[in-house]
Amino acid sequence: MFLGIDIGSSSSKVAIVDENKELKAVSIVNLGTGTNAYQQVVADALQQAGITEADIKYTIATGYGRMGYKDADKQITEITCHAKGVNFLMGDAKTIVDIGGQDAKVIKLNENGQVENFVMNEKCAAGTGRFMEVMARVLGCSLDDLSPMADKSTKALSINNVCTVFAESEVISRLAAGDKVEDVARGAHVAIAKRVAGMCNRVGYSPKVVMTGGVALNANLVDALAIELDTPIEVVPHCQGAGAIGAAVFAYEIYNK
Amino acid sequence: MGYRETIEKLCEAGLHPGKTIMATKKETGKELVGVFPIHTPDEIIYAAGCVPVGMWGGKTEIQLADKYLQSFCCSIMRTNVEYAMRGSYDMLKAVVIPTFCDTLKCIVENMKLAMPKVPTIAMAYPQHRKLKAGMEYTISELQRVRRELEKALKTIITEDSIEEAFAVYEDYRATMREFVEEAAKHPEIITAKKRHLLIKAGEYMDKAIYTKEMKEIVEGLKAEGESAFKGTKVIVTGLLSEPVEALEVFDENNVAIVGDDLSMGSRKWRTPAREDVDDVFMKMAYRIADQEGDTFLYEPDKRKGQMMIDMVKEKGADAVVVMMMKFCDPEEYDYPIYKAELAEAGIPELYLEIDQQLATFEQIRTRVQSFTEMLL
Repeated sequence: MFLGIDIGSSSSKVAIVDENKELKAVSIVNLGTGTNAYQQVVADALQQAGITEADIKYTIATGYGRMGYKDADKQITEITCHAKGVNFLMGDAKTIVDIGGQDAKVIKLNENGQVENFVMNEKCAAGTGRFMEVMARVLGCSLDDLSPMADKSTKALSINNVCTVFAESEVISRLAAGDKVEDVARGAHVAIAKRVAGMCNRVGYSPKVVMTGGVALNANLVDALAIELDTPIEVVPHCQGAGAIGAAVFAYEIYNK
Repeated sequence: MGYRETIEKLCEAGLHPGKTIMATKKETGKELVGVFPIHTPDEIIYAAGCVPVGMWGGKTEIQLADKYLQSFCCSIMRTNVEYAMRGSYDMLKAVVIPTFCDTLKCIVENMKLAMPKVPTIAMAYPQHRKLKAGMEYTISELQRVRRELEKALKTIITEDSIEEAFAVYEDYRATMREFVEEAAKHPEIITAKKRHLLIKAGEYMDKAIYTKEMKEIVEGLKAEGESAFKGTKVIVTGLLSEPVEALEVFDENNVAIVGDDLSMGSRKWRTPAREDVDDVFMKMAYRIADQEGDTFLYEPDKRKGQMMIDMVKEKGADAVVVMMMKFCDPEEYDYPIYKAELAEAGIPELYLEIDQQLATFEQIRTRVQSFTEMLL
């Protein structure tokens, strides 16, 4: 058995593949690097797969917490692991949009599904999951309710600030001016989509465009990004665990090389 | 002492500028004159019997500099103003500041107020540096800086002493050209971090002493056998390759710098003086006029991109790494031009935005490691 662990900024993910390179477990815990969530998520994945730690032959760690995971045989970045995971799960993707808790990445793949180029957001929360969390708080809803709320929007309304701090002030001003929360919520989704579309243009995206990372669970954002890019976007199965799955596949391939 | 020990000694000197500067003062007995980046006429300062010391900012908390420079100014300039306001530069006898960018132009005046105890001398270079009028202007500026230094240092700077100083600096430049050639052949010895620190040490030492040490290192490298280095080879471009923690990430990922287009690097020494010119001021003016592909020197046909492409081929490099000092607008203006040229030539390029006050390096670690994984 081969284990991949992706310790991100706000969640930890583990995937296990077997000797036939078949996916046997995917587990996610919404606590990231700096916590002991990795123990919990590893235990859960082992249980799902019906195995013990002794059955693991090789482990790859990825994500921001990769260097701190002591049980790893090797560390590979989440960019390379997402590419591997997407290639394993879908095969024909050309561009990956991976939006996590603290950063956003756009990865361009070559014909073999390997990384050809990538861009990452700079050191700010614009266009990341953190932006969504702040918006949810200002709009008085849970993170899960943000997308359904934006679905009810009837009026196009733009949030011009991409900086999370300034956008928060702008949203508060909008609400104070009497704009509806649904329209403001949609405006926040479109603001992120525009930011990420800019990154897609920088890397030179081409279809098929797929999304990974926790933010891919937000259907309204996927829709807003598809409109910005004028191309359909598919959400990868196990989108949040795609990096861990890629790491597990790497573990299998490196061990059997 | 073997040349490996000299490498370690100079790396330590490059890592601790303050300590090195004071050691230089003690060792040589000479006064110190600060020089802002870049292309300052250090030879004239040296001819005055002083040691020019580089003012390349540093890692510190900015508390006072906001009085003069907004948060969107480059971190080197903000740090220099911060140190000036704290009185850290009060031991300098003068400071020479060129005016290559908008921030530098303002700083010339800011520093007069931020550091009232130390004379500030501006040096303006002409845009049209290759024309006859441009050459005349460069020489008139060099002469004015000479006069202002004479006044500040209460000394006479003779033509003979400038010629002698120029010879010392030409020897330094020739040695550094040799050093970067030899360093590229031995990345297992001269790692990215060591390469930077060795070059940086020269900013704070008497050039005659430093050059002697570097010659020893060059000879040591020449005597080494074939390198077994198997990592990634890159060319770096930008103002300077800092912070050192970013270079530690290079070393962790087996990334070697085999050539550079850096202001604290080859841009300082890649253009030798003209041998067919006698007058030392004319030689200095030609050194500015003859430079190619330097971001800070006006060049209508922008040769920088092609120069980097040629360097990648010549050195057998795998990629170019852009170390973009945040808010350095001259460097940022050039980026889209050479980015397109590198893409056209099929050369992979990694863009790292750097800042001297960076506290965490996880993003840089992910970018560098991903880039090396991509190149495999």
